[in-house]
Amino acid sequence: MLRTPRTATIMAGLLAGLLVCAQASAVPNPFKKYKPDVVVSDPYIEMHTGPGRGYPIHYVAGQGDKVTLLKRKTDWFKVRLPRGSFETKEGWVHISQLQHTLDLDGNPLIVPKTGMEAFSSRRWELGLGGGSIEGAATINGYLAFNLNPYVGVQGEVAQILGEYSDGYMGSVSVFMRPFPRSRFSPFFNIGTGYIHIQPQTTIVQALDLNDEIVHAGLGADVYVSRKFMLRMEYRRHTVLTSRDDNEELNQWKAGFSIFF
Amino acid sequence: MESRIQHIFLATGRMSACAGVLLLGLVLSAPSAAAPKPDELELEPLVVREPERREVKIDRIDNENFEIGVHGGLMSVQDFGSDIATSVRAAYHVTEGFFIEGQYGKTKLGETSFERLSGGASLLTDEQRKMRYYNVSVGYNLFPGESFIGRRWAFKGGLYLIGGVGSTDFAGDERFTINAGLGYRLVATDWLALHVTVRDHMFDSDLLGSKETYHNIEFTGGLSLFF
Repeated sequence: MLRTPRTATIMAGLLAGLLVCAQASAVPNPFKKYKPDVVVSDPYIEMHTGPGRGYPIHYVAGQGDKVTLLKRKTDWFKVRLPRGSFETKEGWVHISQLQHTLDLDGNPLIVPKTGMEAFSSRRWELGLGGGSIEGAATINGYLAFNLNPYVGVQGEVAQILGEYSDGYMGSVSVFMRPFPRSRFSPFFNIGTGYIHIQPQTTIVQALDLNDEIVHAGLGADVYVSRKFMLRMEYRRHTVLTSRDDNEELNQWKAGFSIFF
Repeated sequence: MESRIQHIFLATGRMSACAGVLLLGLVLSAPSAAAPKPDELELEPLVVREPERREVKIDRIDNENFEIGVHGGLMSVQDFGSDIATSVRAAYHVTEGFFIEGQYGKTKLGETSFERLSGGASLLTDEQRKMRYYNVSVGYNLFPGESFIGRRWAFKGGLYLIGGVGSTDFAGDERFTINAGLGYRLVATDWLALHVTVRDHMFDSDLLGSKETYHNIEFTGGLSLFF
């Protein structure tokens, strides 16, 4: 008599385990593309032939229609709309029209933040640009991580292309942004790094330089469009040379960044 | 349950009420502490059926914002003639308008008129004649729309403006290079595109005496994949 509930418990456990396994393997299949079905709740959504405003509208899906989201290019989603038993229509719909669309349970879609809101709460930034350091041209690239809208850390590399010498520069810095919610958002930063300078082949006498540098900078980020901004910056570097005197370098730079 | 309790009460009929209550307490608490009661087991369903969550996760939808391509064509280097130029390019489409692109390419420097006329005098070594260039640029899709070939075929595509900064390994030295140009992208399918581009790569050099700005026109065709 006492054995039955135990057997039942074991059986139940096994069954539950099996079901959990089956469910777990069914959900995150990395090879099966995620194509959710959604219900249109706007009076209609416009389906374009391509992912852009320049492509003509060739069909509309009406309120209550169930459409499948197939893929995405920038802010455009490719949707498939069943028409009858066999025919389907495919087209590209802008994200703004999906903001009023519902999932199959009738909940509104959680569409990622866009525009200025995403700009002021950005987490990662990747930027590229050019500039000048004491008359020599530079090409810069940086990766930044924002701890919060006000404070972030950044790593940067630059190639220096001078008339008489070439080189590289790498640095890490901490920056602060007093007005992150402004379209024109100023910042300042301090940091440290390393500079390597070598003379060009036509010059014989100059020496290779490898020195530590510290810097302070001032600049501004300007929001352009979704995920895209411009950055301008002035930096003053102090080269901690092995000689008696330290050297000061002025650097100007401008570039564009994408943010997530 | 009831029969068990009754049995215990019968067995301990003569014991004091206090002991009876104590035992009752023990009997009632013991099974629930040791093993689940059969009643409870039946109530507990074998599989907990939560309502299926169908929340749509926008971020999990397949994204096709990256483009990688190979280009081939001609590069006309000022004073050094034209030669075949090949490059690889990778782009990230930020919005429908903007994209950023990185390019790495190479070509070869020919002979200057001076070298040809003087007969034999060579300004550069073979190694110095290998020209390599890279750049990071930003592009803007200028006139997106459909293009038509005949009556039946409509292709997506459009012109784009592109410009940026980079470095060119020219005659043995790295030169800061600005590039600007124009391209046409014909999107054959969602994942394949054809390109035709014209770009000017500009840098300063004093290789031939006085310092001057070199304009190097690159004309290429290319094939790219979106993923």
